[in-house]
Amino acid sequence: MTSSVYASTLGLSAALVLLCAVVTLWRRSLGAIVKVLAVQGAALACVALAIGFHEHDVGLEVIAVLVLGAKGVVVPTLITRVVRHDPTSRESQPLVNVPASLVAAGALVFLSFAATRSVTALEPTTAGRLIPFGVAAMLVGFFALATRRKAVSQIVGLLLVDNGVALVAFLATAGVPVIVELGASLDVLLAVVVLRVLATQMRAHVGSLDLDQLAELHD
Amino acid sequence: MTADTHVAWGASTSVLQVAAIALGGLVLVGLMRRVRARLEGRVGPPILQPLLDVRKLFRKERLRPDQASWIFPFAPVVLIATVAVAAGIAPLITVRPALGTGADLFVLVYLLLSGSTLLALAGMDAGTAFGGMGSSRAVTIGALAEPALLVTILALSMSAHSSNLPEIVRSTLAAPGTVVSPARLFALASLLVVIVAESGRLPVDNPSTHLELTMIHEAMILEYAGPDLALVTVGEAMRMALLLCVFVNLLAPWGIATSMTPLAALVGLVSLGAKVALVGVVMAGAEVFMAKLRLFRLPELLAGAFVLALLGVVSGTVLS
Repeated sequence: MTSSVYASTLGLSAALVLLCAVVTLWRRSLGAIVKVLAVQGAALACVALAIGFHEHDVGLEVIAVLVLGAKGVVVPTLITRVVRHDPTSRESQPLVNVPASLVAAGALVFLSFAATRSVTALEPTTAGRLIPFGVAAMLVGFFALATRRKAVSQIVGLLLVDNGVALVAFLATAGVPVIVELGASLDVLLAVVVLRVLATQMRAHVGSLDLDQLAELHD
Repeated sequence: MTADTHVAWGASTSVLQVAAIALGGLVLVGLMRRVRARLEGRVGPPILQPLLDVRKLFRKERLRPDQASWIFPFAPVVLIATVAVAAGIAPLITVRPALGTGADLFVLVYLLLSGSTLLALAGMDAGTAFGGMGSSRAVTIGALAEPALLVTILALSMSAHSSNLPEIVRSTLAAPGTVVSPARLFALASLLVVIVAESGRLPVDNPSTHLELTMIHEAMILEYAGPDLALVTVGEAMRMALLLCVFVNLLAPWGIATSMTPLAALVGLVSLGAKVALVGVVMAGAEVFMAKLRLFRLPELLAGAFVLALLGVVSGTVLS
């Protein structure tokens, strides 16, 4: 892989991770949000694969395949099942409306680029300069967690944060050891399974996945 | 090469560009209608139908509302004139059109905007309820699209270090890698949303509807008839074609004439036509699967375009 192809692949994939994070704020349909999450997982795998090829690191290539399987296929499928059972699967009334949250996402992107300036100066490699994309994806995930009301959007927000952290890890250190990455991935998988069980229980008891319903007492 | 040949080349290609945009715009509208009709299972009108419609309109009697002021007949002329000037100076067929040094993206955008502004004024001029409603909606969309467009221009001009359109196209030809940079792709995606909004296509406005409560553009030009309507139709078609031409030349400028020979100009013309036809067919095909957005949801779409352009600027600063 020549260095220009490597640079553009890496840049495009990292930008796609951030773009997917922003698009989850844009779309209202929960089904579409979960699809975007799957695309983000695939883009993250692309980043790992590109770095793996460039550094001739077989371990990283294996991780890329694992990331593709876990974050691109398994986790989105698990969440899709929750969405499919929810008839009103739309984020109809987020705490901050869509245009305002998009502008806020733009501000968060600027913030992350300003905040990571010293980090990127420390590591001015092709991968190191892309670190702000990961931090921005993470911040957008936090924003989704804070302002979205449906349980599914909150799970997606958590996964956005996790994907952002993973992107920063890949870009900054050319990948953490396989065992650490495996541990982190299993952790997230477990969290999703737990949240899925919680969502199912919640629907059985409350009748919807709207978290505001939990603020009052029910019989 | 002397200065005289430069001037002659620039002038002749600019005339060619304006003629191509004027004719090609109407053909493009016909092509998009045809593709849409075919995909919906209809036969659809012939591709050259918009040309025939315009010819019919030009032969009709000139009818204007009694109460209308001088703005009403003035607006279509200004619309055509501004689009023609923009088409003359933009790098469509050649990278060295006449007055190319003045073909700044800002100049182009505000030339097109002055035409639409006057058309919005003319919509209110006749004093009917629908005209005013259409104008107010069109201006609202224009105002929402403008921040996105300005940030897009900023993102596009970063890689070329210039907001001059021929200069951007030339630098793209010199370094083809910039096309697949995140900055350029984000900016072009944002530009596409803005083009859709400005030319009144789905999901912003339905160009084929005549239901008064939902239409935007058609409501604005409701009072126009005969030759005036023909001018408005031609101007709108030209504007859409010009915007799409600029879009494809920023996305894939290959084929555009870099040398000053008639053959290069011919190649430029044919490749431009092919690229724009392709984009038009894809757009028309996508429209079949789209519904019109509610008017109150349009800010979300255009805020999305704004954030895309912003991401373009930010990634341009990081990766440059």
